Amino acid sequence: MKLPRWFHQLGSPPYVYRLADRLCPWLGGLGLVLLAVGAYWGLVIAPPDYQQGEVYRIIYIHPQTAYIGMMSYVVMAVAAAIGYVWRMKLAHAVAVSAAPIGAWFTFCALFTGAVWGRPTWGTYWQWGDPRIMFEALLLFLFLGYLSLRGAFDDRDKADRVTAILAVVGVVNVPIVHFSVEWWNSIHQGPTILRAGGPAMTNDMLVPFLIMVAAFTLTFSWLLLRRLQGEIVEREGDAKWIRELVGEGTA
Amino acid sequence: MSEFFLMNGHGAYVWSAYGLTLAVLILNAWLARTKHQSALQRARELARQAEVPRKQPTVRRLT
Repeated sequence: MKLPRWFHQLGSPPYVYRLADRLCPWLGGLGLVLLAVGAYWGLVIAPPDYQQGEVYRIIYIHPQTAYIGMMSYVVMAVAAAIGYVWRMKLAHAVAVSAAPIGAWFTFCALFTGAVWGRPTWGTYWQWGDPRIMFEALLLFLFLGYLSLRGAFDDRDKADRVTAILAVVGVVNVPIVHFSVEWWNSIHQGPTILRAGGPAMTNDMLVPFLIMVAAFTLTFSWLLLRRLQGEIVEREGDAKWIRELVGEGTA
Repeated sequence: MSEFFLMNGHGAYVWSAYGLTLAVLILNAWLARTKHQSALQRARELARQAEVPRKQPTVRRLT
């Protein structure tokens, strides 16, 4: 099979490292601006909810952090699969970079969900609730992936073994997403991605979507910065790294 | 103004959610940066080590 040129470029560590250097200021800058705008809009400008009052304002961060957690997992699994099949080291570096970010955001989604659940459902945590349980499983998959990596001294071996865990575990992502439709859950059903369009008026939908964009950009920024560190760590004393750090070029 | 922080009695829930999210964002930016910097530092040390033997003369003078 003949692969397109961009595929080879994206497999080249120096190319991706420099691409990340060019993209990061834009992704990070725009991400942070949108986070500030979205948070202000959501907390101050958007009207209170007619049922939940003010506490509903967690909706501008809770679904977004949950979505970033799931997105991190998909990025990790797809990258790990590419790395496994084509033996592409850079793909493994992407998978490793996505894992801790995903773990943090999934933790964030669980926490914001808990403090939202307390005033609206009367409980922080509901054992056996499908949405909460599968989201918690997502966190454990990330932590399992990371600790399994730690068990290997040989990085190539760690890459290959953990790739299998990453790919097998990806089945949990659609389960988290559809859990509120497949089973009875105290969690509400989909608000945005549902038949008949978003069940939210524009004065709430606009800041909601701004925050979705803001978290997506911020995630891309964090992922690329982590990837850069991972690339430098893996490439060790390659010539282009030596030139990069300004040593040994003489 | 204080009404805004009280969030109609739900201030503790709303602000802890936003506070933790902000903390996680800052922590992740810091972790990514630290990892990148320490990897660069290690690369610098590796490059310096690789440089040393090259400076020594390897050709014996024939006089």
